[in-house]
Amino acid sequence: MVPLTHYLALGAILFLIGAAGVIMRRNAIMILLSIELMLNSVNITFVGFARQWADLTGQVFAIFVIAVAACEAAVGLAILISLNRDRSMVNVDEINLLKW
Amino acid sequence: MELVFFYLFAAGIVGASLLMVTRANVIHAALSLVLAFLFMAGLFVLAGAEFLAGVQILIYAGGIMVLYLFSIMLMNVGVAVRLRQWHRQSALALAAALLLAAEVWVVLGRGGYPAAQAWSWRLGQTPGNVEALGQVLYTKFLFPFEVASVLLLAAMIGAIVLAKRQITR
Repeated sequence: MVPLTHYLALGAILFLIGAAGVIMRRNAIMILLSIELMLNSVNITFVGFARQWADLTGQVFAIFVIAVAACEAAVGLAILISLNRDRSMVNVDEINLLKW
Repeated sequence: MELVFFYLFAAGIVGASLLMVTRANVIHAALSLVLAFLFMAGLFVLAGAEFLAGVQILIYAGGIMVLYLFSIMLMNVGVAVRLRQWHRQSALALAAALLLAAEVWVVLGRGGYPAAQAWSWRLGQTPGNVEALGQVLYTKFLFPFEVASVLLLAAMIGAIVLAKRQITR
C-alpha cells in the first residue's frame, strides 16, 4: 500500500508546478491550463486522504472540485474568447484596461 | 508492486505537467495536460477511487480539455507562439514558487497522520466504489450536490452571456 506522504508530496509538487505556471506565463490560456493542473493536484491530495482513512468524503469533494473546474473553464474561456475577439489580446500583461 | 505503479504514474504526471508548463504552443500544452490527466486516472484506480478515474477520463480529458482545444482553435494561436512566453518578473515569480515549496515542505513534513484503514469493498466486486460513492453523495452530501448544480447552471449562463457577440434588449 502506498503511504499517504507519497500522495501529499505528489500533490504538492503538481500544485507548485501549476502555481509557477500561473505566475510565470504570459499567455492567458496557459494560465487557465495551469489552474486546471492545480485543481487536479488538490484532487490527488483528497483521494490520498480518502485512501488513508477509507472514508469516501475525500472522493466526494474531488467530484465537487471537478464540477468547479468545469465552471471555471467555461467562464474563463468565455472571457478569453470575448477579449480575443474584441481586442485581439491573449497575453495577460496587455490586458490593463482596469489598471490605474 | 503497488508502489512501483505509483512511481510510474507519478513520474508520468510530473513529466507531462512540466512539459505542459514549458510549451510555447498552447495546443501542445493542452495535449500534454490530457496525458497528465490519463496518468492521474491510473493513480486514482490505484488509490481505490474507480469512479473518479472514470470521471477523470470522461469529464476532464474528454469534456473540459476538448472545450479548451475548441476555444484555442477559435483564437489565433499561430501569432502567440512567436511572442515572448514568460513574464518580465519571471525570476521573482520563480522565487515565490520556491518559497511556497519550502512552506509546503515544512507543513507536510510535520507528519502525525493516523494509520491507514482498509476499504470495505474489493476492486471489481459489486457493490463497490460507485455504489458506496453514490450512497454518500445522495444522502450525506445532497445539499452541496444541489449547490454544485446551481453553480454549473450559473456558469453556463455566464459563459453564454460573455461569449455572445452582442446582446439585444
